[in-house]
Amino acid sequence: MSNINWTELIIFTVLFVGVAGMGFWAAKWRSGSTMDHLDEWGLGGRKFGGWITWFLVGGDLYTAYTFVAVPALVFGAGAMGFFALPYTVILYPIVFLPVLRLWSVSRVHGYVTPADFVRGRYANRTLALLIAITGIVATMPYIALQLVGLEAVLRTIGINGGGIAGHLPLFIAFLVLALYTFKSGLRAPALIAFVKDILIYIVIIVAVIYLPSKLGGWGHIFDTAQEKLTAPNPTTGKPGTGSILLNSNNQLQYATLALGSALALFLYPHSVTGVLASRGRNVLKKNMIALPAYSFLLGLLALLGYAALTAGVKPIINAATGKGDGNTIVPVLFHNEFSDWFAGVAFAAIGIGALVPAAIMSIAAANLWTRNIYKEYIRKDASPKSEAKQAKWASLVVKLGAVACILFIDPQFSIDLQLIGGVIILQTLPTVAIALYTRWLHSWALVAGWVVGMGWGLLLLYGIPNPASGKQHFGGSALTLDKLSIFGWHPWAGSTLQIYVGFVVLIANLLVAVIVTVILRATKTKDGADATAGSDYHADEGDAELKEIAPAH
Amino acid sequence: MTTDPEEFEPDPLRHPVDEGGPKGVGGSDLRFSPWNLLLLVPLLMLITVWYNKDSPRLFGMPFFYWFQFVYVFVGVACVWIVYATTKHKGRPRADVNTDENGATR
Repeated sequence: MSNINWTELIIFTVLFVGVAGMGFWAAKWRSGSTMDHLDEWGLGGRKFGGWITWFLVGGDLYTAYTFVAVPALVFGAGAMGFFALPYTVILYPIVFLPVLRLWSVSRVHGYVTPADFVRGRYANRTLALLIAITGIVATMPYIALQLVGLEAVLRTIGINGGGIAGHLPLFIAFLVLALYTFKSGLRAPALIAFVKDILIYIVIIVAVIYLPSKLGGWGHIFDTAQEKLTAPNPTTGKPGTGSILLNSNNQLQYATLALGSALALFLYPHSVTGVLASRGRNVLKKNMIALPAYSFLLGLLALLGYAALTAGVKPIINAATGKGDGNTIVPVLFHNEFSDWFAGVAFAAIGIGALVPAAIMSIAAANLWTRNIYKEYIRKDASPKSEAKQAKWASLVVKLGAVACILFIDPQFSIDLQLIGGVIILQTLPTVAIALYTRWLHSWALVAGWVVGMGWGLLLLYGIPNPASGKQHFGGSALTLDKLSIFGWHPWAGSTLQIYVGFVVLIANLLVAVIVTVILRATKTKDGADATAGSDYHADEGDAELKEIAPAH
Repeated sequence: MTTDPEEFEPDPLRHPVDEGGPKGVGGSDLRFSPWNLLLLVPLLMLITVWYNKDSPRLFGMPFFYWFQFVYVFVGVACVWIVYATTKHKGRPRADVNTDENGATR
């Protein structure tokens, strides 16, 4: 470890330690009467206003992994990687109305998780359990990926060891995170998000103004990038497949991946946690207008992938696996082009950027475990106090599990799992999002749709190879329509168009749910009753029927 | 999948069970404003053939990129208009069925 850049490391460490101090202090920040209740520990007292929500949800959705992976994708594939922009632009118009309904009904009934809502709306324990498990399984690899983002930064600073010792700094960072999340709950990431986002905004704005002037302007950057993306591979001699524009085959994939991802994002438990922690509908409405500022930033950041191509950045070789780590391209770009102290600030921004979503995700997963598995199946008489205690320990276990994933298993495993996570969380759309508007679908039909969407989705993902990395299975989420088989029938045989797997199986899921509902209704099959009333979906702060926050029972 | 009624184990206190259909307390109380249709406008961004081209460039950036950056503002404008036009309909608590176009399920 002789080639450590000490200036970068010191600035990174100072900011990191300062933020950790804030995390511990956050328990006292705007505290309620007790910390022994999920409303307080898991949702910050359900009273965050506009600014806090903006930083919290922004820090929650636009994660460190996003900030390193999106430019890395653009660096490797070109225009296709830019799907992150349309994804986060159409996101807010799509979720604007359903999110308000979810907030209201959850506030009236004291729901903490999406599965709580499903339990109340359908009174079907099996369905609620499926939603909870899907949420936990989809969130876990996402937490592990935050570590990938953090590690990309540490590796660039020069901490790039193999074995357990090489991972020690990462382990310490996550342990500190785990401890202050345990103590302060959702208040910790809410407070830290302020620092993280201000740093990120400064770094990106400086980068997109300074780098083009240094590299010969955007025009030159795009032209050089195009040349390099289409240049023949030096080992195989085949022409490059990337381009700064989409081709005729991947346009459908671009649009369906953006749409599918936008539909999926607010089904993730950690997004719901951010929403439910806000004070009222007006706070959420204003945020849906203001959050696209992050989208704009993400789009600019994506272009840094081209800047890295033009600057001739080479990904750092991961000492543990011996392969190039594509996620290091933005850190390396900053390291090469900026002075050491500013690169240190940028790395701290990304590093702290990993902590905020990791904390919220582990809290969300812990809430699901506590409310929908522990209280539902293990200790039905759990008091609010024992729920909070259970959730604190669960959040610790979840984070240690994520560290173990990165330490003992190839990080590629987490990346594959996260790809799967996006597809499987989308399969909860009929049960969670459509249920906000209608109770027509039968709860057992939703179970059937879930089984089909899940099963077929995993099967399709398993069958997708990646010629670039030589992988046989789970090579990506782009399905060539030619390969689409419905019980042996190939409706689009010969087509080279690509489409997002999650989108295809969501349609199958919905179709099954509708058909089975018609059958079950015709046979008068019993369905659970609805605990929610129509007016619940419009309740707002100050209304009389809202549930008391953190009640004793 | 099973439709065995024994699978339910309903909790009658929290979720009163109802035979044959999801009546219960129920209801979805849908409310609709024509302004909401503006939320569909940003989805036009998914039609990639409209903007998947290099020229005209802006500040050296191909059309494909700056067009999508412009759409960030289109999205914000649409959501903002819907917010502004529906702001004062916030709390029609007692008169749920008088000024709404939507119907319950």
